[in-house]
Amino acid sequence: MSSTTGTMTATSAHPKTHAKPVSMVLHGLLAEFDDDHKLVAACKKVRDAGYTDWDAHSPFPVHGIDRAMGISMTKLPIFIFFCGALGTATGVIMQWWMNAVDYPFLISGKPFWSLPANIPVIFELTILFSALSAVIGMFAFNGLPRHYNPLFRSERFKRATDDRFFISVLASDPRFNLNSTRSLLESAGAAAVERVDDTSESEAPPRLFIWAHAILLCLALIPIAMIYRARNAPIDYPRLHVIFDMDNQEKYAGKQAANPAFVDGRAMRLPVAGTVARGMLRQDPALTDGRVGDRWLTVFPANVTIDDALLKRGQNRYEIFCAPCHGFDGSGNGRVTDVARERGLGWVEPKNLHDEDVRLRPVGHLYNTVKNGIRTMPPYGDQISGESDRWAVVAYIKALQRSQRAAPGDVPTEKKDELNNRK
Amino acid sequence: MATIVHEFDNTFEDPQKRPPLVVGDHSFHTVTEAVCRINESPTAPALWWIIFVGGVALLANLGAMIAYLFFTGVGVWGLNNPVGWGFDITNFVFWVGIGHAGTLISAVLFLFRQKWRTGINRFAEAMTIFAVICALLFPGIHVGRVWLAFYLFPLPNQMGMWPQFRSPLLWDVFAVGTYFTVSLLFWYTGMVPDLATLRDRAKTKIAQIGYGIFALGWNGSARHWHRYERAYLILAALSTPLVLSVHSVVSFDFATSQLPGWHTTIFPPYFVAGAIFSGMAMVITLAVPARVIYNVKDIITLHHLDVMNKCILATGSMVGFAYITEFFVAWYSGNNYEWFTFKNRQMGPYWWSYWIMFTCNVIIPQIYWFKWARTNIPLMFVISLLVNVGMWFERFVIIVTSLHADFLPGAWDTYSPTWVEYLTLAGSFGLFFTFFALFLRFLPIIAIAEVKGVMPRKHAHGHGHGGDGHGHLEAAR
Repeated sequence: MSSTTGTMTATSAHPKTHAKPVSMVLHGLLAEFDDDHKLVAACKKVRDAGYTDWDAHSPFPVHGIDRAMGISMTKLPIFIFFCGALGTATGVIMQWWMNAVDYPFLISGKPFWSLPANIPVIFELTILFSALSAVIGMFAFNGLPRHYNPLFRSERFKRATDDRFFISVLASDPRFNLNSTRSLLESAGAAAVERVDDTSESEAPPRLFIWAHAILLCLALIPIAMIYRARNAPIDYPRLHVIFDMDNQEKYAGKQAANPAFVDGRAMRLPVAGTVARGMLRQDPALTDGRVGDRWLTVFPANVTIDDALLKRGQNRYEIFCAPCHGFDGSGNGRVTDVARERGLGWVEPKNLHDEDVRLRPVGHLYNTVKNGIRTMPPYGDQISGESDRWAVVAYIKALQRSQRAAPGDVPTEKKDELNNRK
Repeated sequence: MATIVHEFDNTFEDPQKRPPLVVGDHSFHTVTEAVCRINESPTAPALWWIIFVGGVALLANLGAMIAYLFFTGVGVWGLNNPVGWGFDITNFVFWVGIGHAGTLISAVLFLFRQKWRTGINRFAEAMTIFAVICALLFPGIHVGRVWLAFYLFPLPNQMGMWPQFRSPLLWDVFAVGTYFTVSLLFWYTGMVPDLATLRDRAKTKIAQIGYGIFALGWNGSARHWHRYERAYLILAALSTPLVLSVHSVVSFDFATSQLPGWHTTIFPPYFVAGAIFSGMAMVITLAVPARVIYNVKDIITLHHLDVMNKCILATGSMVGFAYITEFFVAWYSGNNYEWFTFKNRQMGPYWWSYWIMFTCNVIIPQIYWFKWARTNIPLMFVISLLVNVGMWFERFVIIVTSLHADFLPGAWDTYSPTWVEYLTLAGSFGLFFTFFALFLRFLPIIAIAEVKGVMPRKHAHGHGHGGDGHGHLEAAR
């Protein structure tokens, strides 16, 4: 490299030594300054001398240098603005197309397309596009990345990112002249001026390097091609499932053949003989069905004890499940009934539980009605689950019926005062 | 020669004098030297190894916990029917919040011309990136069937159905995704000139190539600096509304639901203040040991720590004000469910978490009204840890106490995390500290180029000293 330093006194000690001499051409002059104020002053001189193909280099942005060099305001903000606008448009169109056109979403009767709910995503995409364009645009406008730069051949120039300031004037500048440019830079206060050379031909990477990359690229395509083929080619065996996810379970169904694992050839096992499903054990029909043979029970079953706790439980269940139609007092004026009446709906009125026929019914019949329903009344056996809860409801109904036809003599003596004191 | 530490108190409160941002008798070269020698030194300090090895161990534990979760299912966590979000989303909000101070320091303070940011911004931005990585982990793994996590993104499922853009959860994907991308760009852009410095100083081939690739051929050209400064300013201007939007959108995950304790309009500002609060505390947690290990006390000065503690006091008080406002509004609304939720937070089964939160976030930072507390390094380190504990509990309180007892008592249940969740939380710190240790070792931890721009100058005062800095340059024209 140092074989072609020409007329200049070479100041640089090139770090690299090549095996064969490479012809060098003049790249430009590099002037070093030891502080930023001298740099700014020198820039002004170089600018005024009419140079165009030159640059200043500093470890940090030097204030006032833009004016001293005559750098005009970059167009970068305009580029960023348009990219940001593209982000906004992307946000709008993407959300509109996905949720209102391609697969319309009906949510709570809201319109398919309404701006407020879509603003956050539009905003974020605007920012994302602007930021990406700011960074990509800045580097692209700067001509970076450019990992090779003839200036990097100068050992001195390494301090441009540390504590020294430089002006580089390139040989491609029409006003460039090795002697006059050099004396201009020296008179502008340069601590040192150095000639920078560049190789005349670009150094191509070795053949092996290129072939190795081509082969690696081809090899990388093989798995992709195999996946593509596996997904599209018809095959007569089940596809490979990495994650079974309950869609693909190990099972014998669908094979339409005897299962060799069992003597009877069935795939599905029968329950053990005598298996009873939950809640289906009916050993005592009086308790579970409210009847003995064909006759309704007229008294409560032996293992149902009528006490305060049972009546309280009955009231609780009654007020949740029965009162909406039959009313809290059982007279058939529940809230649902009221609404049906107000609106004139075709509503079969619920029974008034104080009617003669209901009062005289055996308790077993009432129990059966609660459990299985009657006429238009649906069964409540599933909601009021368990025999004791249903009997509790029956007991509460009997108490309600009695309360509506009570005489003063029915009130227990200890409750008399409470009744008399009521206004 | 690299560090010129001499005791100089730059924490004075004289409005007529600006405190110097770099103390000690530094030249440009000694600043470069002070930062680069951290990366160039062939050996790392013992404390670095402790952080790195501890971080890697916890990271391995995180991998094991995630593998266990994936192969067994979300049942390994203690979530149940009313409490469908537990440690997972608490950790998510916690980590996203931590990130916010980094962006505040790098973007908002840049716009406000707060020059003290230059000493700590690289640091804080790195913290942001790693915290957001930790945050992104949790929504990813909490979905249960992780192989369907692609549906977080705007991709159609097997029925040709797109994600639903009315859901704040989807807004969250866009907000946090954008936040991560923009933070990374901001961090990297700021670092390019410093990577060029490391490239030019590198002695080994690997370092030259490694730093060289990422320095993109930066050569300090004034024409490049011109566009660079413009792009940096615009990035700051973009990041400022972004950082406010991100935690607002995170708060929408809660605020747009109907749940008492979540359904409040105070959430967005309150979440943002809380995020900055916790992030500032994290910066202190990281900066205090780092400036000691690496001896960069001249650049991350006591003044920087003092100012950050003032930020902690301010945002901590804002958060405290929000807690009280929330409580007042719950009572004033006359809504029984709302009022119950807030009483339940303070006196219900999770009362301890509420009071840990209140003590750590509101009461303890009040000590920063006193300057001796703001400049006491061991004290501020302890407080910064407590603030982070408090802010973690804030998210726990908001999520768990609201979910566990909502409207119908029949649907209530309590939540207690399993060992898997504790270890996953610990593992996320492993992820964070592993990344942070690698950052400390291999990347410039201080924005060298920016610090040189705010250094106090002997012959002509730079802009760090206000008015007359430009006078000298003007005279040169």
